[in-house]
Amino acid sequence: MYQTKYHKAASFDDAVAALGAAEDGKYLAGGQTLLATMKQRLAAPTDLVDLRGIDGMVGISVDGDSVTIGAATTHAEVASNAALRAVIPVLCDLAVLIGDPAVRHMGTIGGSLANNDPAADYPAAVLGLNGTVITNQREIPADEYFEGLFTTALDEGEIIKAVRFPKPRRAAYQKFPNPASRFALVGVLVADTGDGPRVAVTGAGSDGVFRAEALEEALAGGFSAASLEGASVDSDGLMGDIHATPEYRAHLIGVLARRGVAAAG
Amino acid sequence: MTKVSMKVNGKAVSRDVPDNTLLVDFLREQLRLTGTHVGCDTTQCGACVVHVNGKSIKSCTQLAVSLAGAEVTTIEGIANGADLHPMQVAFNDHHGLQCGFCTPGMIMTGIDMVNRYQAQGRELTEEAIRFELEGNICRCTGYHNIVKAIDAAAQQMSGMAKAAE
Repeated sequence: MYQTKYHKAASFDDAVAALGAAEDGKYLAGGQTLLATMKQRLAAPTDLVDLRGIDGMVGISVDGDSVTIGAATTHAEVASNAALRAVIPVLCDLAVLIGDPAVRHMGTIGGSLANNDPAADYPAAVLGLNGTVITNQREIPADEYFEGLFTTALDEGEIIKAVRFPKPRRAAYQKFPNPASRFALVGVLVADTGDGPRVAVTGAGSDGVFRAEALEEALAGGFSAASLEGASVDSDGLMGDIHATPEYRAHLIGVLARRGVAAAG
Repeated sequence: MTKVSMKVNGKAVSRDVPDNTLLVDFLREQLRLTGTHVGCDTTQCGACVVHVNGKSIKSCTQLAVSLAGAEVTTIEGIANGADLHPMQVAFNDHHGLQCGFCTPGMIMTGIDMVNRYQAQGRELTEEAIRFELEGNICRCTGYHNIVKAIDAAAQQMSGMAKAAE
């Protein structure tokens, strides 16, 4: 890892100022992606601004049918939070599949969303559940937040404070992990929401997480696995690599969506 | 250089280190606690697992400077004098190692999972042990004896927790 200068921000203003003063700075949360990338010298920020010490960045609060998760809340906390499980259990089920126990003790939901890895799990949760990304400047609806590979609607210096999720009627996440990396080769979150069915797919899209509209239309006729019979996902625009062809990924999306709808009950 | 102070194995320590010093290098190079190993250096193998404020983390993927004031426990800090920790005894009894390189991380991960499942009142089944070992890689023996050792230690530790009540 190249040299870097570490700052521990005490407030959002403090963090924005530290990043602004840096030549090529980056915000740091759990570091489970950023530090690993820096060790490989694929990233070399001159400064790291640690956001974890800012008041109110950690915690899960349930308010009726809506849940707000602080950006620096770890995957382990999301996975094991009983109040969250009572309202939106799919978030707990998804978080426990991220990385491994030690990574889940450090990695954060805000870090994952800011990074927007095309094979990460949380983007599927935010898009599939129609969440809202709350920053130090504004609120960004899920449908406007994800802009492509490692690209989001966040402006330079903008900080995710929290993510808010409305409670779905029912939802499930199905993940087909890459056997080696355990990242999602394909991950599908299906949700029956007050505004109709939503199907979000991670791991497969050439532009990152996306909604499978063909499957959503099929589910609009009834939220059951039977509704998905005959519905398929076009392999155009899906990733192809050594692990899976676009056609195989398209097939998996259909299989996982059917399993998800069945699991959602 | 930044002055970093933390508590390691119950002892207050303080060192001036560059900001990019990883916790594992702080432990090994500055404190000479070489029981914590670097296997892959890419956050995958788990040979470097230590406990920070009671939770298992990969010490190769955290900056020492970000852990000012933290309480760190390494493999050197779990025995009570000459009495080994039940997890260490179980790895010995069940031959849960061959070359031993991954063992410090396996033991720290094992203790963490037993503590966590006990605190949450969940049963640590064989399936759960294997799931919890996701982030620890052994390249010698396979995992059967490691799983047996953790299972045996969990019984022992649960007995101790009950006796203490």
